Amino acid sequence: MDLYTEGDPIADAKAPDGPIETRWERRRFEAKLVNPANRRKLTVIVVGTGLAGGSAAATLAEQGYQVKSYCYQDSPRRAHSIAAQGGINAAKNYRNDGDSVHRLFYDTVKGGDFRSRESNVHRLAEVSVNIIDQCVAQGVPFAREYGGLLDTRSFGGAQVQRTFYARGQTGQQLLLGAYQALERQIGLGNVEMNARHEMLELVIVDGRARGIVVRDLVTGEITTEMADAVVLASGGYGNVFYLSTNAKGCNVTASWRAHRKGAYFANPCYTQIHPTCIPVSGDHQSKLTLMSESLRNDGRVWVPKAKGDNRAPRDIPEDERDYYLERIYPSFGNLVPRDIASRAAKNVCDEGRGVGPGGLGVYLDFADAINRLGRKAIEAKYGNLFEMYERITGEDPYQVPMRIYPAVHYTMGGLWVDYDLQSTIPGLFVIGEANFSDHGANRLGASALMQGLADGYFVLPNTLANYLASGPFDKVDASHPAAVEARATVEDRLQRLLAINGDRTVDSFHRELGQIMWEHCGMERSEAGLRKAIDEIRTLRDEFWQRVRVPGDGEGLNQSLEKAGRVADFFELAELMCIDALHREESCGGHFRAEHQTPDGEAQRDDERFAYVAAWEYGGTGQPVLHKEDLKFEYVHPTQRSYK
Amino acid sequence: MNLTLRIWRQKGPEDKGRMVTYKVDDVSPDMSFLEMLDVLNERLILQGEEPVAFDHDCREGICGMCGLMINGNAHGPQRGTTACQLHMRQFSDGDTIDIEPWRARAFPVIKDLVVNRNAFDKIIAAGGYITAPTGSAPEAHATPVAKADADAAFESAACIGCGACVAACPNGSGMLFTAAKVTQLSLLPQGQPERYTRVIGMVDAHDEAGFGGCTNAGECTAVCPKGIPLNTIGRLNRDYLAATAKRGGTPGS
Repeated sequence: MDLYTEGDPIADAKAPDGPIETRWERRRFEAKLVNPANRRKLTVIVVGTGLAGGSAAATLAEQGYQVKSYCYQDSPRRAHSIAAQGGINAAKNYRNDGDSVHRLFYDTVKGGDFRSRESNVHRLAEVSVNIIDQCVAQGVPFAREYGGLLDTRSFGGAQVQRTFYARGQTGQQLLLGAYQALERQIGLGNVEMNARHEMLELVIVDGRARGIVVRDLVTGEITTEMADAVVLASGGYGNVFYLSTNAKGCNVTASWRAHRKGAYFANPCYTQIHPTCIPVSGDHQSKLTLMSESLRNDGRVWVPKAKGDNRAPRDIPEDERDYYLERIYPSFGNLVPRDIASRAAKNVCDEGRGVGPGGLGVYLDFADAINRLGRKAIEAKYGNLFEMYERITGEDPYQVPMRIYPAVHYTMGGLWVDYDLQSTIPGLFVIGEANFSDHGANRLGASALMQGLADGYFVLPNTLANYLASGPFDKVDASHPAAVEARATVEDRLQRLLAINGDRTVDSFHRELGQIMWEHCGMERSEAGLRKAIDEIRTLRDEFWQRVRVPGDGEGLNQSLEKAGRVADFFELAELMCIDALHREESCGGHFRAEHQTPDGEAQRDDERFAYVAAWEYGGTGQPVLHKEDLKFEYVHPTQRSYK
Repeated sequence: MNLTLRIWRQKGPEDKGRMVTYKVDDVSPDMSFLEMLDVLNERLILQGEEPVAFDHDCREGICGMCGLMINGNAHGPQRGTTACQLHMRQFSDGDTIDIEPWRARAFPVIKDLVVNRNAFDKIIAAGGYITAPTGSAPEAHATPVAKADADAAFESAACIGCGACVAACPNGSGMLFTAAKVTQLSLLPQGQPERYTRVIGMVDAHDEAGFGGCTNAGECTAVCPKGIPLNTIGRLNRDYLAATAKRGGTPGS
């Protein structure tokens, strides 16, 4: 293709071979250790304080390392993991319903549409059980049954009940557990916490990640922080679409700066569009709100059978409704995976059967569940979600069905990491949503929390020690030429943004970029659309650098300046996402190419040509370079996913 | 609808600050309160003025980052709702709305409507946790927890740390925040070993951070977006009393 070049393939040589259930154990045993006295002499930077970053920082500090932690929010407790609602998967098999580590592994590989690494996913399933133990010990108030034991529920893409939850606030409770462990270490002096700080550059010395350049968002001061290793736990990049369920501050800058410095970016086009979000209400919309997937346990999704049927939902008789998920996918029904549910919603709306303003919505109806279980039971399970829905829409979902529509929610792509979660830059580790590792082309519900905590509590602390044991590395400080140069890059860029003084706001550009991405790189992609998007992105990016207006200066709190830097990086990422989507001439998981579908409209994979991870090397002013990592399936044989 | 806003503008911690009046037209009732401020800020930027700085992040009522005094009410007029979840249909055409930052000694203003709530983190660091280093945990089902206790612990754990309780309190007390964490952890069997050192550590950190004392005014619970009840403070007081008795001191000494 004319938009990229192809480089050497890469092999993830770090995963041991042999039986899959022994690999992680062997890797841990073979990993070198750092003795406790030496750990005190080693500093680790952790960027981000969500489930991955918070749990990693706390655990590393417990082990005795000196940890420096950074987040852009005013407190580490506010990272966006806090908004995860539904639950966390774990192969505990407390229900005795046929679950096992192997089944969670199998479901996750299949759910990811056979585009993830078997070794990684198996490890994830193995440590899932430890996560629940750890969180309970920290005082996470999971839902319990009357006997005092933990309750579980079902989530999409699984036929067992393995999802642990804390009402509709599971992410909040898990994050507060990690946050409290982190605060304990801060109180003990083992972690230096830097809230309201944003990483703007990575410092590489002698080929190793040795530090970051950060801006203090309150004072505007730029500082260079050095360490023996850098861990990015800075989350996903869904905000490239402007409207998403991410928090307003979520951004790709830490990852993108690392990418520009040599870290490969893997599968950027794999984005998850969540099927159950509150529809857009107008042009003023600043973000979208998720309604937890857990609602699909009891809610039934439907649209009218007839096009343009604009009667009130309760006036539409049962036989004139199309419960399309139950009809098309009888064995999984309303609990099909997210990518499938989202596309099905898009299809019925494209047919003209959507409901609500603009016809961009479908009903999620609880009338049957309320009749069957009673209003009280529904309140106990979903009360906070129902209230949130009513606050936002002004409609009472106990009386009228919710209206929902898909929205960008999560990004499976991210910085490429090996089995040890190390990027292509030695000493730069990437965990949680910021990496690409475990979800393939589609993440199953309740697996993000699992992966974030698996990486932070259990995987990284082992693999990072192995890296640090290969030291000691030369002592370097902020006066090193590489550090000085990185800092100068940051200062120049901020000055450049402030100097444009144009006639458009940052948000107006961000919104327009988001529209391009949603239109052409959203739920359905095509060659023509993606090519058009790339042209439009390039034009808009040039315009941004000529016409954006960033008021104020770099001294002190300047929220427009923060946004401008993030949007500038989104522009570059957006182009790479479109190139990745264009090059992947197949449909898989969240990546649906209009040209590649089965006769009944399902995603048509092409395992012959595309069973690989696309890891992109930054091409500078030239073209990005594609490196392929072949995926091998020894345990789960790739098939056409069927949830029928 | 058309609104008049009177907003607290303060350039930095040293600036005295003042209320400034702005008109905002064509506000849709479906907008959130923060989206209405976005509209104002977009206009200010194009007019060459500094936009109003305010904290916000998730905009779905869970991160606790937003916090505005709206017409003298922490988070505005709707009960159980954060500022980001407040929608303009709660207001009427022609309304004048006062918007101010949290005001409390322990929460100094950084700029405009943005305050520093780091004092809350310090309270947690002083004991708001269960010591359970990674890897040390027993099997999750080794200790059943009565459902009533688990549910009650959850109710307290729902605190989002926004600081509305402090802003609403005539004494600028952070006792509801502190009590919510004490209550959550003291209800769970896992929280028992540190129960009494925790409450002392957290209350001491609370006092050191410059929060005022609790006089049971109850304003905190009225504005709490998560409805944390006032009796959590009673629970804290009981634990504090028991802890000081165990320590052999007098409460508050």
